Amino acid sequence: MFTADFLKEVNQHSGEKVQLCFQCFKCSLGCPVSFAMDYLPHQLLRMVQMGLKDRVLHSHTIWVCAACETCTTRCPNHIDIARVIDTLRQMAIKQGKPAEKPIVAFHKAFLNSVRRHGKLNEWELMAEYKLRSTRFLDDLWLIPEMWKRKKLFLRIRGVHKKSEIKKIFKKAKAWNN
Amino acid sequence: MEQLGYYPGCTLETTGREFDMTTRITCQQLGIELVEIPDWNCCGASSAHELNNYLAISLAARNLAIAEQKLALDVVIPCAACFNRLKVAQKALLNKAYSEFVFEGRTKVYDLLRFLAQPRYKKRLKHQVGKSLKGLKAVAYYGCLLTRPPEVTDHPHPENPTEMDEILKILGVDCLFWSYKTDCCGASLTVGRVDVVHQLVKKLYDHALEVGAECIVTACPLCHANLDLRQKEINEKFNKNYYLPIFYFTELMVLAMDINDTEVWARGHLVDPIPLLKEKGLC
Repeated sequence: MFTADFLKEVNQHSGEKVQLCFQCFKCSLGCPVSFAMDYLPHQLLRMVQMGLKDRVLHSHTIWVCAACETCTTRCPNHIDIARVIDTLRQMAIKQGKPAEKPIVAFHKAFLNSVRRHGKLNEWELMAEYKLRSTRFLDDLWLIPEMWKRKKLFLRIRGVHKKSEIKKIFKKAKAWNN
Repeated sequence: MEQLGYYPGCTLETTGREFDMTTRITCQQLGIELVEIPDWNCCGASSAHELNNYLAISLAARNLAIAEQKLALDVVIPCAACFNRLKVAQKALLNKAYSEFVFEGRTKVYDLLRFLAQPRYKKRLKHQVGKSLKGLKAVAYYGCLLTRPPEVTDHPHPENPTEMDEILKILGVDCLFWSYKTDCCGASLTVGRVDVVHQLVKKLYDHALEVGAECIVTACPLCHANLDLRQKEINEKFNKNYYLPIFYFTELMVLAMDINDTEVWARGHLVDPIPLLKEKGLC
């Protein structure tokens, strides 16, 4: 299905000009996670140009991108591809059907912990991630290993001026819907 | 002592504790007094920019505004992810976006590695080396966010950074050439898609071993965690027997400065580096 102003929408949100992509493959050739993608980065950009909104926003590619910025660094047309992918992620969440739920669960749990304390709390992150993703057994073996090495603390660290953090999150609005 | 603002970031208080500890010792030895940014908050790291643009900038921007107003010092950041986020925020603030944070650009942002690789510190380092790490074969691993994208990091050689190699050579380390120094380890996927991480990290191990390295040296707490914590799983999954200790470059600096607390920082590693260091006669 073709969505007429998808390209315009992506350009507007990302501040990039996706139509400049002339399919040189450089992004895909340098991409370290291309083996785990359903569409390669250059294909994804072509699909944005062609207005294939549903396929793009339901793709795994936009979530398994590791945000390593290799594509952005190498693009001969100076398209910030990593930023375009960030934009696509945000649009996919708004649409409500991200293809990689555990990855989204991790990011939401991370930001929720920061919203509460101003700093990340690893216990809270793990607990909320497990509840959101229902992957209860993930990385359980690491907890005693890290505890033994004094890398996890029970004490909650936080900032003193919590109101400033609250203000930032209030202004940011839609990130948790 | 010259003063410098310090942003440790959340990881350096927990999983990256050894990095924080050895950074503080290293800087003190080189005549730098680190002053922590008062009441700093999490920069949002790999999560904020994926979900919300405003959060991604403003969480980092608050720290910069505090650093400039309260400390009036330049800021050094050991964590590559934090460094990248604060640089992005710095550039956004200089473009006069996000006017709620007062920042005029007097405060400069450095990553610890490139800061210490400046000629004056390398010179001081040469005088501090009390125990040469000669014979220790290592590859320097930079990862993604210290150098990329250069529009953000201002790195002159994003495809072939050499700062860590230079520092390691001063320490006497036999620093080997390899082509994977800036290949991503997949840290942002380490919880959601650990299968992808296993493949990326295994590739790094393989190529490090291929050139004859006995250990990998990192400059990022996320790279370190990924390469150190996952080694046991990767051995089990691929039926391998990798033994590659993962060091922070600051740990090796402290070791070469002959400061006797190797046991303290080494205890934090899952892949115990002591057997390797003993074999080399370094502890």
